[in-house]
Order: sequence, then C-alpha cells, then structure tokens
Amino acid sequence: MSWLGSIIPLDHLGHYIHWHVILISVGNLVVIGLMVVTFIAALLLPFPGRGGRKASK
Amino acid sequence: MSTTEIDRQWTTRLRKRVAGKLPPEKLLPDTQPAYVSSWIYVFGVATLAALIIVIATGCVLSIRGPLWWHQSSIGHFVNSLHLWSVEIFFFAMVIHLWGKFFMGAWRGGRTMTWMTGCVTFFASILAGFTGYVSQTNFDSQWISTQAKDGINATGGGSIFNVLNLGQMLMWHIVLLPLAAIALTAVHVLLVRVKGVVPPYEEDSEIVQ
Ligand code: HEM
Repeated sequence: MSWLGSIIPLDHLGHYIHWHVILISVGNLVVIGLMVVTFIAALLLPFPGRGGRKASK
Repeated sequence: MSTTEIDRQWTTRLRKRVAGKLPPEKLLPDTQPAYVSSWIYVFGVATLAALIIVIATGCVLSIRGPLWWHQSSIGHFVNSLHLWSVEIFFFAMVIHLWGKFFMGAWRGGRTMTWMTGCVTFFASILAGFTGYVSQTNFDSQWISTQAKDGINATGGGSIFNVLNLGQMLMWHIVLLPLAAIALTAVHVLLVRVKGVVPPYEEDSEIVQ
C-alpha cells in the first residue's frame, strides 16, 4: 500500500476548510461535492431503454 | 371444522390480509410506470445492494475477529471492503433521500415509507458510529474518548457508554444490524404495497 501514500499523503494532518462556524475536512467536502454531482447526473443522464418504453406507453 | 371456524383462525386471517395487501404480482411486478425509467430510482436499490455487501463482509470479519483484520493482509482487505461498502451505502442513501425529498415521495399515503427511511438513516448513523469505536485501534480510542463527552452531556452516557468496547461491539454487530435489516425490509415492502409515487404533474392529472 506504500504506493498509495505517494498519491494521497496519509501520514500528516488532514486539510481543513474553516469559514466562520463551518469547519470541514477537505476529504468530507469532496465527498459531498461528488454526491451533488452524482445527484444532478442522475436527473440529467438518459436512462437506457427509456425511448423504447415511452413509445409503448 | 366449520368454515366460520376456519375463517377465524389467525393463520387464515393473516394469509388473507397479506394476500390482499401484497399479492405476488404486486410484490414482484413485471413492469413499472414510465416515469420510473430514470437513474434517480436506482439509488434505493444501490443502497440495498451496498447494505447486503456491508452485512456479508461484516459476517466474514466476525469469523476471525480483530487480530485477523488488523494483522493479515486478507483481513485488511475484507476490512476495507466493509468500510468502502459502508461509504457507498451512505453515499447512495443520501442521494436516494434527496431524490425522494424533491419528489415529495411521502404523498398518497406513503408517510410510513418516508418515516421508515428516516429511522433507518438514524439507525445507520448509530451503526456507523459504533463501528468506528469498535475498530480496536488508536482511531477508535480517539473517537470514543472524544464522543463520550458529547454523549455524557446529553445524559445518555448512563445507558450507552461509548468507552465500553463490549457494549459498542454488541450494538454494532447485533442490535443495529437487526434494526437496519428489519427497517429496510418494512421500507421496501411498503414501497411495493403502495407502488411508486407518481410525479407531481401526473398526480394532478389522475385522481388517486
Ligand atoms: C437502508 C436504507 C434504505 C434502503 C435500502 C432503501 C431502499 C429503497 C428502495 C429499494 C426503494 C424503491 C426504489 C426507489 O424508489 O429508489 C425505496 C423507496 C423509497 N425510499 Fe428508501 N431506502 C433507504 C433509506 C431511505 C431514506 C433515508 C429515506 C428518506 C428519509 C427513504 C425514503 C424513501 C421513500 C419515500 C420511498 C418511496 C418512493 C415511492 O413510493 O415512489 N429511504 N427505498
């Protein structure tokens, strides 16, 4: 696993974003960002087989 | 036995009730309404799939115990599968929750579907927390010594002692998984009983 450490340094303090009362680690913020992106993608991307089933409705 | 006596049996009554509410073709339907063909409807099942992996890998971890998952590479691997399936579980569950929130999926008598979802979310957070404090490493020591002050401040510490590893492990591997599985089962069965909620625009067109 040592190669992982060279990409993501895990052996020192994490980075935090501190804005007034809001304190969040960069890792957590990235995950929340990915969730928002996934949510929007789920609404916008076409679902496979949609066209066919709509026609038969 | 007379037919009235048969009708009064609890087995007969229960069967008729279940069959009336959830006939097989409603439990495992062939088709779904057109509006279900969107990625947003996949996140409930994604959450369910992740939960199954969480439970399965947790069972594997239980076979050999903490020394194994700390010291052997295969143990590390199963431990990682357990952690990452939990990450995917929460990731999918929150997107599922957002989707259902903006769809107003509690409409049309689906209050209990929404509420069982909420309680499952809460039970899952507790399961995640008790998992973190059951790791038996410095991380779990740090988390539990930090958390004890918060929980003691609520008065909950007298029955829920986060420094008690035995208690935390039992909650993590017995009580909370049972709660999560039971709640999820009720949640999914309720979805089948009620059928998928129509979108707002369809809802106003058809009289429910
Ligand atoms: C262990 C966690 C959960 C699992 C496994 C799960 C699973 C599911 C599944 C498989 C469905 C049907 C498919 C779909 O529409 O996505 C569903 C529907 C639903 N879920 Fe969840 N869910 C979970 C948590 C939640 C949470 C946290 C909420 C909200 C607080 C929620 C609210 C709902 C609602 C309202 C529906 C009904 C949608 C409808 O009738 O159209 N669920 N869930």
